[in-house]
Amino acid sequence: MTAQAVVGTVTDPELPMVTLAELGIVREVRQDGDGVVVTITPTYSGCPAMESIRADIATALRRAGFAQVEVRTVLAPAWTTDWISESGRRKLAEAGIAPPGAAPRRAAGPIPLTLTPRPSAVRCPRCGSAETEAVAAFGATACRELRRCPACREPFEHMKEI
Amino acid sequence: MAFDDTARPASSAPETTAYGALTDHEDDARWAYGTGFTDPLHGVPAEIPDGIDRADLAAFCLALGDDALIMSHRLQQWVTRAPELEDELALANIGLDLLGQARLLLTRAGEAEGAGRDEDDLAYRREPHEFRNVRLAELADADFAHLVARLLVFSTWRLALFDRLTSAADPVLAAIAAKGVKEMTYHRDYAAQWVVRLGDGTAVSHERMVAAITAVVPFIGELFQDDAVFFQGDGVRAEFDTVFAQVLTAATIDVPVIPAGPPGARDGHTAALTEILAEMQELARAVPGGSW
Repeated sequence: MTAQAVVGTVTDPELPMVTLAELGIVREVRQDGDGVVVTITPTYSGCPAMESIRADIATALRRAGFAQVEVRTVLAPAWTTDWISESGRRKLAEAGIAPPGAAPRRAAGPIPLTLTPRPSAVRCPRCGSAETEAVAAFGATACRELRRCPACREPFEHMKEI
Repeated sequence: MAFDDTARPASSAPETTAYGALTDHEDDARWAYGTGFTDPLHGVPAEIPDGIDRADLAAFCLALGDDALIMSHRLQQWVTRAPELEDELALANIGLDLLGQARLLLTRAGEAEGAGRDEDDLAYRREPHEFRNVRLAELADADFAHLVARLLVFSTWRLALFDRLTSAADPVLAAIAAKGVKEMTYHRDYAAQWVVRLGDGTAVSHERMVAAITAVVPFIGELFQDDAVFFQGDGVRAEFDTVFAQVLTAATIDVPVIPAGPPGARDGHTAALTEILAEMQELARAVPGGSW
């Protein structure tokens, strides 16, 4: 197995249904003989899973026989939900987490203030209804918000666009 | 945050205990006693580019890091006290974002200073008079209205400032700012929506929201006094004034006149900071270099 393929099997500690590569957290895997340098980027500044992610990648590579493993952090460009792959989005939806839409494109000038719930095209991951409501902008982790679906009357989580 | 378990006695080797699977040494990072929280800038090039004044960069990162650290601690104190579970989650998440910013900024401040201090040295081993946070960050909140008023002012100011720092000469500071902008857009919206909901709510909620804004206003002037160091925050004040007025107008609250801040921005603190640090630093001071 190539180093890239090994790293591609490592899943996210908070969202074990998707891999770190599918989330866009893995930015580069560089293999040089039996040495590997993996570059990762945090989703949010305070992501408490970074240590765990670093350790999981290093452990997977060592178990696959790579002796020299280095996991580096890169901060720029800042992570965006646009980097989540199609397969990652499908797996999130299958697990009941509505995947993010396109990250907000910003016009020139100050960042707009939002005083009312943003119009959203978030579909219910259970029944597919397009009419869903925001409950709270922050969920169990920084990357998710809470929504509900009036059609099937179920609450669900949505990965926020950033 | 440098905990490690390398000193674990041999008798607890995985194969000799009933909990062997839990103590699989390769998997220690999952456990509180073995997380070995390391430098949050691990692997990010630490050098300071030519042409940047290291002392200025260190002072600036320290000030912004202290703001985030102290504000985060105040937000954490709301956990278990928020009016609804959803707000508790929101405040914990906002506090976590700010704590992440603090770790990155304090680490960068230590690198720029070049005296070998890391984030722990700066967070846990400084006295109150050495902290550079603005007074706004340390104020105790008398009620939830005070909290959202303070968070509105803090996040509106910091978002405008960070937006301009995304083009800072130091690439690490610029990268920290770019991440922070995305996070604080949500923080500001959260606080603004609550200010509107309470201000434009019942007679009682309106009255209490007005009282909270009135209490916070004297601490706004300080925010705009020290932007001459390292970086010119052109337009930060104008953006703050525009957004603050927009929120208060929607909340049916009169826009107050903001007095100038006290002389010597970031030089003074209220007694509240001593109380915060006594709590935050207690364990680190009781067990210097503690290892779990």
